[in-house]
Amino acid sequence: MTLQQIKELLQAEVIFGDHYLDREITFAGGSDLMSDVLAFGQPGILLLTGLTNLQSVRTADIIEAKAIIYVRGKKPDAQTIKFAREKNIPILSTPLTMYEACGILYQAGLPGVGSLRPTTTSNE
Amino acid sequence: MNRHDEFIQTFTILGRDFSRAGSVSTEIKEILQEIGVPSSIIRRVAIASYEAEMNVVMYAQKGELTLTLNPETIKIEVEDEGQGIEDIELAMQEGYSTATEEMREMGFGAGMGLPNIKKNAHIFIITSSPGVGTYLKMIFYLDEERAA
Repeated sequence: MTLQQIKELLQAEVIFGDHYLDREITFAGGSDLMSDVLAFGQPGILLLTGLTNLQSVRTADIIEAKAIIYVRGKKPDAQTIKFAREKNIPILSTPLTMYEACGILYQAGLPGVGSLRPTTTSNE
Repeated sequence: MNRHDEFIQTFTILGRDFSRAGSVSTEIKEILQEIGVPSSIIRRVAIASYEAEMNVVMYAQKGELTLTLNPETIKIEVEDEGQGIEDIELAMQEGYSTATEEMREMGFGAGMGLPNIKKNAHIFIITSSPGVGTYLKMIFYLDEERAA
């Protein structure tokens, strides 16, 4: 589904990246722990998080996330928005909680990282 | 390959500087993209260096990260002046952490840093002297098949 469809499903507000709403999203993952995101994130992921600091965008950039959705109506500060703009990572904010936002997307057919074939970035 | 093909760059990381935390790893990622390193390798390097950088920011006064590139490998060494690690074996366990509430609010300090580094680097070496500092060495092979 497209980021535009996700925006509508989650009643989300676009903070940056109106021109990226046609981006196709094929899977998503949610966490407030950036180390967990670094551990399970895969390129192309849609990241849902309640962490709005600069590290959320840095982490999204490192794992090559397609977009970030901040839950519970949270919004990042100006420095974080500027960084998202530099990195071309669209960011949206939904009033829904993490549980509700993830549930709605999953129900609408957007799978999690478990839908991908086993990662090649692990030595284990 | 001979040593003339090496590229070396050193970056300074300041402890407690949360606003810059991660910027060295972002820069390294850009360098590797520019020289055309495969994206799967860039991911490994970026994740490991980001975790290492966050560790310096969270636990040390300051640190130095040295990136060494040659045609076969990417080497990242991180040496910090800080509290060091008492029990490395324990620190390597997923979920073990000595992070403060402030660090956890940053989205880190969940005890996944060192395990994430180990998982992504092809070779990972860590030594530490409590009260002095910690040294990490990570090596990534550009040819992943050779690394397997």
